[in-house]
Amino acid sequence: MTENRIRPIVMPKWGLSMSEGKVTGWLMKPGANVKVGDELLEVETEKIASVVEAGDQGTLRRIIGEPQTVYPVKALLGVLADDDVSDSEIDAYVASYVTPAAAEEEEEAGPRYHVADLPSGRVRYAKRGEGDAAIVLIHGLGGDLDNWLFNIDALAERASVYALDLPGHGQSSKDIADPTLRGLAQALIAFMDEVGIADAHLVGHSLGGAIAIQTAVDSPGRVRSLALIGSAGLGPEINSGYIDAFITAGSRRELKPVLQHLFARKDLVSRQLVDDVLKYKRLDGVNEALKKLSSSLFAGGRQQAQLGDALRRVNIPTMVIWGEDDEIVPAKHAAALTGKARTHVIGGTGHMVQMEAANTVNALLKEHIRAGLL
Amino acid sequence: MARKISMKDAINEAIDLEMRRDPTVILMGEDVVGGTGSPGEADAWGGVLGVTKGLYAKHGKRLMDTPLSESAYVGAAIGAAACGMRPIAELMFIDFMGVCFDEIFNQAAKFKYMFGGKANTPVVIRTMVGAGFRAAAQHSQMLTPIFTHIPGLKVVCPSNAYDAKGLLTQSIRDDDPVIFCEHKNLYAHESDVPAEAYTIPFGEANVVREGKDATIVAYGLMVHKALEAADALAKEKVEAEVIDLRTLSPIDWDTVIESVGNTGRLVVVDEAHPRCSIATDVAAYVGQNAFGALRAGAQMVTAPHTPVPFSPALEDLYIPSGGAIAAAVRRTLASGQGAGAQRKAS
Repeated sequence: MTENRIRPIVMPKWGLSMSEGKVTGWLMKPGANVKVGDELLEVETEKIASVVEAGDQGTLRRIIGEPQTVYPVKALLGVLADDDVSDSEIDAYVASYVTPAAAEEEEEAGPRYHVADLPSGRVRYAKRGEGDAAIVLIHGLGGDLDNWLFNIDALAERASVYALDLPGHGQSSKDIADPTLRGLAQALIAFMDEVGIADAHLVGHSLGGAIAIQTAVDSPGRVRSLALIGSAGLGPEINSGYIDAFITAGSRRELKPVLQHLFARKDLVSRQLVDDVLKYKRLDGVNEALKKLSSSLFAGGRQQAQLGDALRRVNIPTMVIWGEDDEIVPAKHAAALTGKARTHVIGGTGHMVQMEAANTVNALLKEHIRAGLL
Repeated sequence: MARKISMKDAINEAIDLEMRRDPTVILMGEDVVGGTGSPGEADAWGGVLGVTKGLYAKHGKRLMDTPLSESAYVGAAIGAAACGMRPIAELMFIDFMGVCFDEIFNQAAKFKYMFGGKANTPVVIRTMVGAGFRAAAQHSQMLTPIFTHIPGLKVVCPSNAYDAKGLLTQSIRDDDPVIFCEHKNLYAHESDVPAEAYTIPFGEANVVREGKDATIVAYGLMVHKALEAADALAKEKVEAEVIDLRTLSPIDWDTVIESVGNTGRLVVVDEAHPRCSIATDVAAYVGQNAFGALRAGAQMVTAPHTPVPFSPALEDLYIPSGGAIAAAVRRTLASGQGAGAQRKAS
């Protein structure tokens, strides 16, 4: 069947709000031999610039997406095929390709965001997929559920995926009743209770990783597996200069170089990304919330909680992912779980490894969660 | 939660949230209730264009309809501010401000300086500005430069709903008198606005579009005209950077200078008259402080030096257009006599 022999490269959907993206350049030439995970082309959305990695292998037979041109999500940008497929077959495939309408998909997917009203305040979350297993994505300090924009849809193929805004973050309430790790873990459990998640695979990034570990230690029955990405809670060092600068930066000019610490590829920090973080930081109560968390969790510029030993005593499958060039939490902290967790350190990526190497991280997460289901 | 709302609703929401947060915030002006003492919303107009509609039902006596005497109630608001309140005075059209210049120029703007810094005057005067409303010469002016000229006043003119809410919240919380200029033709303009309160600091321009070939500086409605021009220019492979000043006093010189440093070309757009305007101010400042970066003379696109015409056809011609702005950008690109150009050539 042509469907299998000809494999489309389409405009990806990175996150819930993306409807179109601009092709900024191809990284492969026609005729190139493409392997899964190879970097094909660069795409810029209003949120972020990133690289589209190959989800299939084959020869790059056709380049359709023109540089500096905007295409809707799922529009055909290129064609991969085996060498024995004729040019006329590819012409026919390109001619008959129809980009699925965005409106239909929107309806299918339901509302973008939900709100859970907990005693401690309002929690905004996104939910994708309808699988039996539940996955909960927990972002880091100063982040929000959109930190998972390259991951949530990929993970939702076989599971119900929830991404929440932590207390004090995104569009959740800005009051933080208890800014300790235990308090944040309790807030996570309260969220799971409210939306009816008995147990879940927890995926935590940075501070979210420490919250996931704390939850596993305090409520092991609620946690099926742990995936810790650039996680806090595994060593004393943290880039306190970054945290202080993130909290105090009041303008785009101040904030942009701060956010560049999060990425190995500094050009990924787009104007819109800086704007979105700035808009969040300007909300009433955000600065107080961030200061409260930072002084509770990272007093004196050191991580206060070391949870590696406590986690070793809990029988929960654990995986660790780190960006090799992480400038916020050093990758060497992965050693805290040697023997306990499988560790993947990904070269050429920084703290936001789940954004910078989304396909690789998604594949690792899917494999880890599938193994946890057995 | 962020949702799309109009600039009119964003202004209403900012006042509502600040009235809830701070009991000293009060609102006074002509018809701001539009039916004081009446029981229902139906009788309360909420100002001439309904911007404050619904606030009377929520905050009652803290909104006051005043007599048709701007000098009386603006003076009252300034006095109340000096005595510890945070009043918002709504003065329908900036064109009427002339009758209260003493209160504004000589009292509110001076208290802090004349009382050794001990007196604050946290008053906000909200007012409509701009042409295009078929409201003739006495209800259509862009008098922002007059207030920008006075030390001690802060002058704000947002271009969209998000900025309007954040800047008005900042204006109410600010301890100095603020002239808050609302372009009547932007009231219906919608953008994503968080439901929560937030502030945008004064003196921070917004780069609404990045470009390397020319810098267009604008504020208020002109930001949208500048973006139209930038869209048209992009088809000619000219990338214009568009800067929304947002606040005219204080003004963000750093962002303007930095941009001109990158582009070497400056076009300033102002809906005000051409002389002694924001356009002349920005052009002069750049000429004095970044002459070496300029590769051509600064271009100004302004309304003509005439009153706003009542004839709709003439009024449309009066307002600086996207086409006029694009033409000005092309002029700067065609000439190259500035110090920057010479230095580059040598």
